[in-house]
Order: sequence, then C-alpha cells, then structure tokens
Amino acid sequence: MSAPSEHVAHHFPDLPTQAHAARLGMWLFLATEILLFAGLFTAYALYRMLYPSAFHGASQLIETSMGALNTAVLITSSLTVALAYHFSRQSRGKLAAALLGITLLLGLVFLMVKYVEYSHHFHEGHLPGRFYRYPGLTVPGASMFWTMYFLMTGLHGIHVVAGMGVLAWLAVGSWRGSYGGAYTSPIEVGGMYWHLVDLVWIFLFPLLYLI
Amino acid sequence: MNDLMRRLLFLPEQGSAYARQVDSLHYFVITMTMLGFVGVATAVLVFAIRYRRRQEGESTPHVEPRTIHEVLFVGGPLALFLLWFAIGYPLFVRLQTPPKEAMDVYVMGKKWMWKFSYAGGPNGVDTLYVPAGRPVRLLITSRDVIHSFYMPAFRLKQDAVPGRYTQTWFQADKPGRYEIFCAEYCGVGHSAMLGHLVVMAPAEFDEWLAASRRSRVAEVDAAQDSGQRDSSPVTTLVEQGRRLASVYGCFACHTVDGTPHIGPTWLDLYLRRDPLEDGTSVVADEAYLTESMMDPRAKIVKGFQPVMPTFQGRIPGPEVAAIVEFIKSLRTSTVHPEPTKGPNYELIPGRGPVPKP
Amino acid sequence: MSSFPAAVPFPSREAGGDAPAFNERNYLVQRRGLRSWVFTLDHKRIGVIYLVLTSLGFLLGGIYAMLLRIELLTPGPTIMDAMSYNKTFTLHGVVMIFLFMIPAIPGIFGNFFIPLMIGARDVAFPRLNLFSVYLYLLGAGIALYGMIHGGADTGWTFYTPYSTTTITKVWPILLGAFVLGMGSIVTGLNFIVTIHTLRAPGITWMKMPLFLWALYATSVIQVLATPVLGITLLLTAVENVFGFGIFDPARGGDPILFQHMFWFYSHPAVYIMILPAMGAITEVLCAFARKNIFGYKAVAFSSLGIAFVGFFTWGHHLFTSGQSTVDAGIFGVLSMFVGIFTAIKVFNWTATLYKGSISFQTPFAYVVAFIFFLIFGGMTGVALATVSLDVHWQDTYYVVAHFHFIMVGGTITGFLAALHYWWPKITGKTYSEKWGLVAAVFIFLGFNFTFIPQFLLGNSGMPRRYYSYPERFWPLNVASSAGASVLALGFLMVAAYLLLSLKYGKPAGPNPWGSRGYEWNTLSPPPEENFLEQPAYPRAPHDYTDAAAAEGTR
Repeated sequence: MSAPSEHVAHHFPDLPTQAHAARLGMWLFLATEILLFAGLFTAYALYRMLYPSAFHGASQLIETSMGALNTAVLITSSLTVALAYHFSRQSRGKLAAALLGITLLLGLVFLMVKYVEYSHHFHEGHLPGRFYRYPGLTVPGASMFWTMYFLMTGLHGIHVVAGMGVLAWLAVGSWRGSYGGAYTSPIEVGGMYWHLVDLVWIFLFPLLYLI
Repeated sequence: MNDLMRRLLFLPEQGSAYARQVDSLHYFVITMTMLGFVGVATAVLVFAIRYRRRQEGESTPHVEPRTIHEVLFVGGPLALFLLWFAIGYPLFVRLQTPPKEAMDVYVMGKKWMWKFSYAGGPNGVDTLYVPAGRPVRLLITSRDVIHSFYMPAFRLKQDAVPGRYTQTWFQADKPGRYEIFCAEYCGVGHSAMLGHLVVMAPAEFDEWLAASRRSRVAEVDAAQDSGQRDSSPVTTLVEQGRRLASVYGCFACHTVDGTPHIGPTWLDLYLRRDPLEDGTSVVADEAYLTESMMDPRAKIVKGFQPVMPTFQGRIPGPEVAAIVEFIKSLRTSTVHPEPTKGPNYELIPGRGPVPKP
Repeated sequence: MSSFPAAVPFPSREAGGDAPAFNERNYLVQRRGLRSWVFTLDHKRIGVIYLVLTSLGFLLGGIYAMLLRIELLTPGPTIMDAMSYNKTFTLHGVVMIFLFMIPAIPGIFGNFFIPLMIGARDVAFPRLNLFSVYLYLLGAGIALYGMIHGGADTGWTFYTPYSTTTITKVWPILLGAFVLGMGSIVTGLNFIVTIHTLRAPGITWMKMPLFLWALYATSVIQVLATPVLGITLLLTAVENVFGFGIFDPARGGDPILFQHMFWFYSHPAVYIMILPAMGAITEVLCAFARKNIFGYKAVAFSSLGIAFVGFFTWGHHLFTSGQSTVDAGIFGVLSMFVGIFTAIKVFNWTATLYKGSISFQTPFAYVVAFIFFLIFGGMTGVALATVSLDVHWQDTYYVVAHFHFIMVGGTITGFLAALHYWWPKITGKTYSEKWGLVAAVFIFLGFNFTFIPQFLLGNSGMPRRYYSYPERFWPLNVASSAGASVLALGFLMVAAYLLLSLKYGKPAGPNPWGSRGYEWNTLSPPPEENFLEQPAYPRAPHDYTDAAAAEGTR
C-alpha cells in the first residue's frame, strides 16, 4: 500500500484503489455515451435501409475532403492527448499542459471546419425535415438524410465542445502542477473521454461521407 | 364450463371460433396462475405458522439447496410457460394469416372516427357491415396519429399506424351487433372513438352491398340532376347536410341534442352568441360557421380545445352550404312549439338515447 | 449443526453489549445548519434527502391517481373535462415513474446502506452523488414547470406522432425526464464503482448482502438503458419543437422506430423499479425468519439474469403494431425467461422460511404481501407474453392492472417493507407496531380492491386511458375507485405514524430486530463516519446458526 497522499479521498484506502475507481467510473460513463449514440446509429441504419438511393444521393453532396481533414485533425488530437498523459506521469506538468493546449487548438480547428460545412449546407438548403429546400434532390427520404446528418454531427459537436471544456480545465491544472507522479487519473480519464469523441467521429465519417 | 368461466372472468361474448380458442387458453392460464398462487401462498402461510418464533434470539439451522431443488425451481415454471407459449403462439400466427378467399375491407382511423371502405364501394363511417360465416380481412391504416382497432368480442386488436397498412382478419359466427373501440390513446376524443360491427346473414349482406352501390350511383345521378335543375328545396338541402355531416364525421365531436361533447353542440348554435377563449364573443352566423370548418383554430369557443381538423379543400362549396343549412335547422324554437311531435331530426345510431316510437 | 459461541458478537439485543439505545452523536446532528445539508457529501444524508423528495413525488403522483379514480366513478364526465383527464393520467405516470419508482429505493436505501453493508466510509464518488440529487431537483423542477404551464396530454409513453403534433406543451416534460434520467445514470454508475472498489476485507462477492446484488443488477440497467431513453426523448423534443421529421410518416419517418427505442429503455426500466424491491425483500425476509437465504447463488444470479434478459424483451410491447410473426415469437419466448428468474426468487424466498424462526411483524407482513402480489403480477405478465392473449389485452385495463401489481404490489410494498425494517437504523426511533399492522392490512385489502377489478375490466374489453366508457364497465370502475380510497388511507396512516415516531418513538437501540445483516453492525442512527471502528466480517450475512464453525461450510 502506498503512503497516504493528499490526493486520496477519506473513503478510499489508497491511491491505486482511487485511480481504479475513477477509471472504472469513466469506462461506465463511456458506455452510456456509446448507447446514447447507438440510438442515432439505429435510426440511421433503418432509414438508410428504407431510402438507399436518397441516402446515397445526399451523401454525394457532402465534401468528403472536409470530413477527411477533420478525421485527421481528431486522430492527431488523440495522439497529443495521449502524449499529455504520458508526460504527466513523468511529472512534466508544463509540457503536458502544452500538449493539452495543442489538443484544444485541434478541437477548435475541427469546429471551424464543421462551421464551414454547416454554413454551406444552410446556404444550399440541405436541411432536415420541413426545412429541406434543395431542388437538386427530390426523391423521398432526402430530407431524412439531413435530419440524421445534423442530429449525429450536432450531438457529436456538443461532445467536442464539452470535451474541450474538460481539457481546458485539465490544462490549467497541469500547468499549475496539480497532477503528476502517481496522481494522474484526472488527465487519464479526461483523455479517455476525448478518445471517445474521436472514436464516435471515426464511425460518423464513413457513414455520412463515404458510403 | 366455457360459459361459467367466461362470466367469472367478465369476458364479453365470443363472436368467432378464434375467440373461443383464445378463451380456452385464457382459462388454462388463469387456472394455472391460481394453482401456482395458492400453492406458494399456502407454503408461505404454513411455514409462517409452523416455524413462528418461540423465543427471542433463536438459532436456526443452515439450510442450503441441493442442485435438484434449483433445477426444479427453474424447470417447473419454464416447462409451464413454454407450454403456454406453444399454445398461444400458433393462434397468433393464425390471426396474422388471413385466408386467401377473405373479403377485404379498408379501415382508416382518423381523429376520432373509423372509416370503412369496400372495394367498389360503398364507404361508411363508424359502422362496419360484414357477412356472417365468411372471412373478412381488415386492411388498417391511419390518417393522423396511431389508433388501434379493437373488437373485444373477437379478441382482436390491430394498430392503425399512419403511413403503413397493417392487417388482421376474423370470421363472425352469426348475425349480431358488436362494439368497436379505439385502444391506442389518440387524444381528447379517444374514448368517444366508438364504432359498431354489424354482422348480417350472408344473403342479407349481399343485398345490402348491392343496394348501397345502387344508391351510391343514384346519389351521384341525383346530384348531377339537381345541379342541372338548379332548384333544390330547403328541406332537401337540410337532409343532404345531415347526411354529409355524418359522412365527414362531424358527429364524432358535435351533438345535435344539446349535450356538450368534444365540440360545441349544434342544437341552437345558429345565431347564438358564444364567449371565446380570448375573452371576446362571436355570433354564430353563416360566416362564422363556415370559417370554423375552414380554419377551426381561428376562434375557439371558451371551454373547448382547439382539436378540430381543418376541412379546407376537403368539402366542396355546395356541401358546406348544405351542412350550414342543417345546423340552421337545429333550433329548439322550431322544435318546441309543438312539443308532442318531438325532435324533427334523426338521432345518430348508437349515440344518445333511442327515440321512443 | 454444532454450537460454538459466536466469534464476533453482533451488537444486537441478544448480545447485550454496552451500545447506547440512541446514538446522540449521529450523522443527523453532527453538523448543523442549512449549508451542512445543501452541500452534504454524506451518503446517509443524501439518502434522507432522497427520502423526503421521493415521498413528495409519491404524494403528488398519488393525488393525480385519486383524481383519476374519482373521474372514473361515472361513465361520463365527473369532475373534469377530457383534456384535463388526459393530462392527469400523463402526469400520474410521469411523476410516479420518474420521481418515485426509479429513484426511490436506490436513492434512499441504496445510498444509505451500500456503504454500511460493505463496511465503507462512503460511496465511491460522493460529489457525483450530491450532483445526482441536484439533477433530480432540476429535472423535477423542469417537469413541474411543464405541468404548471399547460401540462402534456401524451401519456407517459410519449408515442409519436401524437406527441409531436399535440397542442399541449410536451418539451418541458421530455426535458425533465431526460435530466432525471441523467441523475439515474449517475446513481447507477456510482453504485457499480462502489461495489467493485470499496468492499471491506472479508466481504467477497459471494458474501455480499443480496440487496447489493439486486442494486448492482439495477445499476447495470440504469447505466446501459437510460442513455437510449435520453436520446429518444431528445429526438422527440426536437421533433416536437422543430419538426425534423425523424418520427413523422409525412416526411418519411417511422413512428414505430420511436416505440422500439422507447421500449428498449422502458422495458428494462421496469426491472430498474422492481429489482431493488426484490433485494430489499430478501434482506427483510432473512432478518424476520432468522434464516440464511435458501440458494444464495440462485437469488444473486437471478438478479443479473433479469437484468440481462430484460434487455431483449422490449418487442412484447409491440405485438399489435404490425410486428412480424417471427419477431413476435422471439420476443414472446424471451419474455418467458424473465418470468423464470422471478420464479426462482419466489421459490427460494418461500424455501427460506422452512425451519426458520419467523416473527410476523410489520416488515414481514409486507414481505408476505409482496410475495403474493409478485406471483400474481408476474404470472399475468407471462400470460401477456403468450402473444395471442396479448392481442385481446394490449392497451386495456388488464395491462394497467398487471403493471400496477408489479409497481404498487411489488415495488411500493417492497419499499414499505424496507422503510419499516430500516426506519430504526435511519432515525434511531421505533414506530407503533400495532398501527403498522393495521396500515398493512388496509394497504393489502385496498390494493386488491383497486386492481383486481381492473383485471376484470380488461378482460371485458375496456381500453386504458378512457375518459368516458360504456355503462357496462360502471360497477367494476366504482369498485376500483372504492379500493383506491382504502389504499390511500393506508398510505396516509403509514406517513402519520412514521412522522409521529420521530418525536414520540422509543429509542430503537442499535439492532432492534436482532438482525445479522451487515448494516446493523453500527449504532442507530450511525455516526457520520459510519463505524467507530472497522468491523470484521467473519461470516456471511444472515447466518443465524450461532456456530463459528458454520464459516467453514462456505
């Protein structure tokens, strides 16, 4: 058993147990997030089955290169967050904070690209449900593709923003040297959350842009 | 035995062979449930008395089950439940598989009425006519929200889902009159969305179908005639209005005998001053009555919900006029001067009291 | 059975001991002031806060229920119009399910007793625990705002397209339920982590009190099913406000998809409501029979079995929706298996009484009622899964009666058993045993008179959510309403004597029932730090053999 540490809450016997609890809690939370998106994936699967040609046609209207760029951005950000955790364990808090800052910037780039895409779709009338007014594609179910597109990317976008909030908080803490050595579980679980955000996008990208 | 159990369980009469079969399963299931309940309840009570506490702080032996106990605990109920399923499931499959020779009736649920159409006509509202002894397939859909077509006497229910057709079928034993309910919650008029099934003797049904088709043709002819002649007495217009109001389902919400329902009653409605939701009031003249049909939510009478669908574009102009004429005819002043004659309009079958002969 | 002296004396009446009858230095008074409650991280205080809040929720839902029963006294309009009636049954369902049934037993007794039962100082994440209370308050607040400003008339099932086209304001209720769902997830997550990481040395998985197994299974469902409800409610709210068309057939949407997604949560949610009650009943039963549970593993694993199979039975709510016969067959058979797991529990509870030392006091009266109601509620549920009988019963009062047998007869009876059993530990006071039994009789009779007529109404074909009904349903409706007033009277009696016991009740002593559940290993009420010294756990809970050698047989 490690020596009592200032970071151990009174109801935990030792730091490893506490870190284990934090990790387990985050895994469970990630499970809930996956099931949250699972509802949307189910709806997507159903409507893709019902309207195959509309979905195929509508996905041609999305700029694949933008999606590919965003995929690259997010995968890179997952690398930087993993490196931040790595250096945090070596108690190099400032370096970890810098890497978290880069992750934040990448998140921002992602959102900016998304903004460009959204404004293009708004302009063209690629909109969900009753707002749909794109004349180029009028087969039944075309508006449903955009419903799914905006709901899925929108919910994902909210998660990106939430993740950026968490990372910003961790970056500040890391800069001040709050984490390091044996006590790195905040950065670990925060990083896990960011990886999930990345992972969801890796599923969204092919479903919406490629097929 | 069947009849005794049916009465004990408050089940409605059995309108078909299927209903009797489902009820047999019902009796079996409820008997087993009762036996299981009595068995466990007796064991609990006997143990509670036999092993009651005789002194504080008694020690008790440590009892662990043997594998055979748990196997029995699982196997017994599992066998029973699977038996229930083995009886019940084929019945369901049969209910979902209409015979090829079945007669088709299209059923459409709509807030808050049932519309029935036969291939080649006629159409009707709230009353479904079928022949006894012949299979009838119902093709069910909905215009607005989900409804559910339910005939308790036939142990039969099928949801009416907008945007798709569902199907079920039945074969009535003998002529009679049975209830139709809406079983899926659909708003203010949910419990008033009642209909009736009228089962006729086959020959009678064929005659009815032929007659309805003839009169439908006659109606179309008559309409063309009256259009050409361009002179329809007011009494005929009132009668036509009454019939049209029934066809368009107005009576699902509006009564003509003065009782408030989902919508305001039509009795004495014409030229009545009604308070509105926004505090103002309106006189129910021809303009307001027409507006209420075309844009029902424009002026809502106090105490009623804005639930009426618009009939804009669904009722041709002359028919609107006929319905308005009908409403104008519903005035107590025209009824009461000679009280002995009673109401001068027909009550809708199944809604409100039956007029005395 | 040999008779060695007990290795570790339990602080019970039989062991005598020098424990005070009422622990003056307890968690309720160790800190003072409003702030100490509003910002408390103590799992016991959070349990008490949940007790107060969910009781208010139950009261509100109960008032709605009584209004419904009064309205149904006559076939036509009685005290309200159709729209008010529709709003009332919607709010009755929403309030009872989201403000009472789901949070009550885990929130109150789970929070209070999980740490006490595993010998821990607190739950794993005390701040998250407090956060769940605030989520509850926020969700309840949003829902209350919606109720005051119009209320929804969709039924608690929110079926589309009705819920997306209704003129009433549905989004606050949807959002409130979403936030309450988040609170439920947080609680479940916290419990799972706590049980995994904070068990005291000596409490192995197979020596854990069975209440914890039940809560563990419940938490798994909460964590895995609630997010699906969350996204479903969000989509419905979006659809309701913006009209994106996801469930709208006019725009290519599928209303049946909503039903699948809704029941994927809401069927397992039934087990969120009943499993904790089953766990609590197991504890009370063992304590009052002074017996180890018959078939520990069977009872423990059947909880997990219910949680697992419960995820694959949602389709039995859609038998009449036009589902294919293949789907109906699969969901029908799978639904039978949930019945099996419940049957295992019932048989093992009954067998536990064999050779026990049974004391028929108030909590045990509720145990007996629970077993009776559960058999009937459970077997009528299995009958519904035979598919063809369901066609007649779907959306009739039969279904209403069936799930009230499980929810009221099961969950609320289990809740009352737990409340009476643990009341002395939570408050340090004893209630009037005489009034306890009288109220139990009222509740037992009132319950039967309320819901047995509803089974018969369903048989005779009365659909649910009917504001007016044909006159042939009249007598049974009157019977049901009469029963409901007896039931309500029973609940009011319970509230009255429990509240009076706070002031006038006798000090309970650390273990008034002589129970050997782990949670009795401390003073009543417990001190803030739970245990003055860390207890040892040499034997399984509810081992009444009085023989140290019994350890060896495990």
